[in-house]
Amino acid sequence: MKLREIAHARAGDKGDTVNIALIAYDGAHYPLLERHVTAARVKEFFADIVRGEVVRYTLPNLGALNFVMHGALGGGVTRTTALDIHGKSLSSAILEMEIPET
Amino acid sequence: MKTIRIGAGAGYAGDRVEPAVELAREGDLDYLVFECLAERTIALAQQARARDPRAGYDPLLAERMEACLGICLRRHVKIITNMGAANPREGARVIAATARRLGVGGLKIAAVLGDDVLDLVRRGDYPVAETGGRVSDLGDAVIAANAYLGAERVVEALRNGADVVITGRVADPSLFVAPAIHEFGWPWEDWDLLGQATVMGHLLECAGQVTGGYFADPGYKDVPGLERLGFPLAEVRADGSFVVTKVPEAGGMVTAATCKEQLLYEIHDPARYVTPDVVADFTAVRIEETGKDRVLVTGGRGRPRTDTLKVSIGYRDGYMGEGQISYGGPGAEARGRLALEIVMARLRQTGIAFADLRGDLIGVSALHGGRLAAGHDPYEVRLRVAARARTLKDAARVGNEVEALYTNGPAGGAGAVKAVREVLSVASTLIPRALAPGVVHYEEVR
Repeated sequence: MKLREIAHARAGDKGDTVNIALIAYDGAHYPLLERHVTAARVKEFFADIVRGEVVRYTLPNLGALNFVMHGALGGGVTRTTALDIHGKSLSSAILEMEIPET
Repeated sequence: MKTIRIGAGAGYAGDRVEPAVELAREGDLDYLVFECLAERTIALAQQARARDPRAGYDPLLAERMEACLGICLRRHVKIITNMGAANPREGARVIAATARRLGVGGLKIAAVLGDDVLDLVRRGDYPVAETGGRVSDLGDAVIAANAYLGAERVVEALRNGADVVITGRVADPSLFVAPAIHEFGWPWEDWDLLGQATVMGHLLECAGQVTGGYFADPGYKDVPGLERLGFPLAEVRADGSFVVTKVPEAGGMVTAATCKEQLLYEIHDPARYVTPDVVADFTAVRIEETGKDRVLVTGGRGRPRTDTLKVSIGYRDGYMGEGQISYGGPGAEARGRLALEIVMARLRQTGIAFADLRGDLIGVSALHGGRLAAGHDPYEVRLRVAARARTLKDAARVGNEVEALYTNGPAGGAGAVKAVREVLSVASTLIPRALAPGVVHYEEVR
């Protein structure tokens, strides 16, 4: 299934770094996110966009994962020549990711 | 138990004005906080002040005050804002002038200064985090350096009876932490309380982003009334716990999901969110819906604040040129690609050393690159080419080459636009906390 079916997401920017919070609608689905949406998987998913390291933080208290993606904004919000200078649309892109149902 | 009500009147410099008026009028508030200073905004303001010593505060300051000041004074709502940007003293004068125009008196306005540390970072030649070099490497290009001050001077201003506090660079959550410290008399070293208060400030600082803005996804996350989205308020108790809510008649919604998304917005390590007041820890935060549009937030913690303050350095970084043009109907994508090849070849022929030259087809690959977009066939596409260059003239070449596709490019090129602007970039450094203590000036309207 696609992540969109069980999770929602929000992107934020700081310098050349984008973070994406991925949050389970239902806390019962959080273990699925934790199992399948690894930092490596996200790095590979955004291979065209993210040049640096992807770090994952877990927040079981919120049923959420936070991905911090370095080198994701073509040099940073203020100087990038990209259309989406903040990387805000990346939160929608990640919801297309396929994960197993168990 | 005593509860104070803190509202968010703006989440960025250009934000809507009416939701703040609605909150001031209907929210039974004690404080209304306007957060209007993005990373780069203060560098732009510093440039404006360099051209005109009486400029450099937020351009919408007078309009926002005109709309809210009278209501706030009548209802004893204190205003806190960073709309002073690069010139809080002049901002205070503008607020005073607005008060006189509205015929309201008995008003004390505080201007928090001392965040401007340009001379200091030049003299100290501090290392710059983003470039790996030093401040002196940026030379004359540096136009602003502002330290992120904490809640201290804002609390001092409130203690001295200010009705309105206007600041330059103060950390966004600190604008909200300050009234809570002032009202409840929390000790400056109760790190857990300051951490929890920082959670409150962080949730409110982007205004509509916690009441359903930046959230709707039809069929998955529906939000009612976005055209009249309400801004949030927090009901804060002495133990730091708080409820995020909005006025009932406003559009939008406050749910556990809107609060969770905003809690992690622009957060890196959730166990270490560094502000000038505290190192906040979000990893034990609990978010619970307790009623319609009511979310209780508890469990924020903290550790001692750091000995340094972050400084944002604004510097001139060349010019950006951009052009766009559309193609539609059968073969739109192929003509868009042909147009892109033409412009890239033309720009190569100029011999200009463009930086980060990029061309995208909007509708195909502009947001996420080609890989994620594969297999989708658009009816229309819009070519966008952008690059930085060292001079305005060179940067302008980018847009000109796109526009020239009208008569020199593929069939049916439509709706070309071009733009060129100076680039102001932002980098950062750290300075010892003691070097930027901040100071408060007062302005009274009798």
